[in-house]
Amino acid sequence: MGRYIIRRILYLIVVILVVSMITFGLMHAIPGGPFSREKALPEETIKMLEERYHLDDPLWKQYVDYIYNVLIPHFSTTAPTNSLQDDFLVNAKIGNVWFRWMNFGPSFKSRSRTVNDIFRDNLPISAQLGTMALIVALVIGMPLGILAALKQNTPWDYLGMGVAILGVSVPVIVLGPIFVWIFGVELKWLPPTGWGASPPYLLGFLPSELGWEFFRYAIMPSIALGLGSSAIIARLTRATLLQTVREDYIRTARAKGLQERLIITRHALKNSLIPVVTIIGPMFAALVTGTFVTELIFGIPGMGKYFVTSITNRDYPVIMGTILLYAVFLVIANLFVDIIYAYLDPRIRYD
Amino acid sequence: MPEVLLDVQDLETQFRTSDGIVYAVNGVSFHLQEGETLGIVGESGCGKSVTMLSLLRLIPSPPGKIANGKALFLGQDLLTISDEAVRQIRGGQISMIFQDPMTSFNPVLTIGRQVSEPLEIHLGMSHKEALNRVVELLDLVGIPNAQDRINDYPHQFSGGMRQRVMIAMALSCNPQILIADEPTTALDVTIQAQIVELVKRLRDEVGMSVIWITHDLGIIAGLADRVAVMYGGYIIEEAPVKELYSHPQHPYTIGLLGSLPRLDRKQHHRLTSIDGLPPVLYEKPHYCPFAPRCKFAVEKCRKENPSLEKYDTSHYLACWVDTETGSER
Ligand SMILES: Nc1ncnc2c1ncn2[C@@H]1O[C@H](COP(=O)(O)OP(=O)(O)O)[C@@H](O)[C@H]1O
Ligand SMILES: [Mg+2]
Repeated sequence: MGRYIIRRILYLIVVILVVSMITFGLMHAIPGGPFSREKALPEETIKMLEERYHLDDPLWKQYVDYIYNVLIPHFSTTAPTNSLQDDFLVNAKIGNVWFRWMNFGPSFKSRSRTVNDIFRDNLPISAQLGTMALIVALVIGMPLGILAALKQNTPWDYLGMGVAILGVSVPVIVLGPIFVWIFGVELKWLPPTGWGASPPYLLGFLPSELGWEFFRYAIMPSIALGLGSSAIIARLTRATLLQTVREDYIRTARAKGLQERLIITRHALKNSLIPVVTIIGPMFAALVTGTFVTELIFGIPGMGKYFVTSITNRDYPVIMGTILLYAVFLVIANLFVDIIYAYLDPRIRYD
Repeated sequence: MPEVLLDVQDLETQFRTSDGIVYAVNGVSFHLQEGETLGIVGESGCGKSVTMLSLLRLIPSPPGKIANGKALFLGQDLLTISDEAVRQIRGGQISMIFQDPMTSFNPVLTIGRQVSEPLEIHLGMSHKEALNRVVELLDLVGIPNAQDRINDYPHQFSGGMRQRVMIAMALSCNPQILIADEPTTALDVTIQAQIVELVKRLRDEVGMSVIWITHDLGIIAGLADRVAVMYGGYIIEEAPVKELYSHPQHPYTIGLLGSLPRLDRKQHHRLTSIDGLPPVLYEKPHYCPFAPRCKFAVEKCRKENPSLEKYDTSHYLACWVDTETGSER
């Protein structure tokens, strides 16, 4: 297992290199640049800006510099200045040497901020929203799927699967405003906009206080974002559980006189969870990276806005930074899935 | 006179499928006495498993349905008692072992966990007590290093070893009846013999009754007291084992025996097999279900379905034809 994890982390480096190369190439292939405007800026200004951000260097040099700044740890004996050009995500003082790692550069669009500022302030919010949405998806989806399977072809089943179909077919963009209108504006039960956590975050991404104040804001957007995924989980759980209860070993469990409740909880559920766990990795990644619309509807200061607008703005460092981060996130989410997988199914051994 | 433990009468089981209703068991009656071993033989698809699963109400429903019959176990009808009552009997007084030792164990639970379950359910043991007993049981069925193996998972055992574990699990609560549904079919021939010997030994030690299902008449010869031959969801011949081997009457039984190498025949005889396959019945046949494959079939066989009648003392037969003369009896 340990060796497997190490191998996967090495593989992560390859993923980063490949993803960064493709993103870098595509980004520069789109016509226009970060400083092209409707009303063109004076030539000298553009030249000056390009010089400042080293956009006048040859592309290969820009790429190598970028990778150097992001991937290679920096050591120095002088204290960091933390200027826009010199902002590292990881700063640690070991003895009297500064260890500094992952400088994603300044944002071209938000002039006073670096990509790392966005990672520090806005990304955690999207991560929290995505995590909450995943929890919603699991908490709603799994019981619904289990209920539907156990009560197959009864009104419970039809109700559950009806809700599931509704969940998949009604998009956030419809559900969100309806929620805001009913619970935020009319009933005034929940705040219609905003987010209940702000920097600094615990461990860099967790809300520092996990109380009602946080959930009050999180409930509506998490449900709006997670409902579609809960429907997918419900359908998958139903299907796998229905298949599992037809397995021979379930018959064996019955034949030894096991109670129906234990047959489901001990013998069927763990087996039928395996396929569900498989989709949780990519689903989680999709939820965390797919927060843009939800954040827009609920006025949440998350990452989505930067991720989407960075592309139209040709905000190169933000594009590169977010995509790399999301790629890393996806790989790590899948690694987690693999580990849970091995825990659930003793036949799986990675080595 | 030994007591009748199990008395099955007119059992009928059907499956509702997309192609129509499959008539899997069509009125099967048999009984089992204390300490007796009953062999049930017949090709694959003749309704042997469905009969046994019906007794313990283990038929998946839907699509399966027990349409008729009684299964009296010590006087109470297994088919009508409460779900809870039948659950108490399963694995306690009547236990069952299955054909495929690969798929019959839960892949994600340890052997210790799975074998200890009946002990906890039926004998009220704590998990710890049960595990100690599991080690003894595994020892008994010949699993080496039983103590170390209870935390292993099924995939860490070979097929033969898994079937031994299955036997240990089935016998853990000292059942009065063991139903063995082709427990050796999926195993190598040498392993088959070991498993048969093991069950024989344990049966004689414990004194339980056994129903042994197989499509291999060779295995039954040294194991059973009485044999019932099944075809198309019917018992078509039933007799004490010696009688059946020496005087088989039904053309199907004769066919099955013809495909068996025998040491008790002086002349070398050709091994024969029965052409064709057992039918999947989409209606309850009003003719003899074996007639389409039968070399002896006469007009009547295609018009009327013979019922199981007494042929000789404790020899029962469902056939219109006298195979000696080739004419209707
Ligand atoms: N779950 C099921 N659904 C539909 N048909 C079934 C099912 N189980 C068994 N059958 C049918 O019942 C008949 C008897 O099967 P079975 O008792 O398993 O035969 P065998 O004698 O080999 O044990 C077969 O025709 C089979 O197709
Ligand atoms: Mg069978």
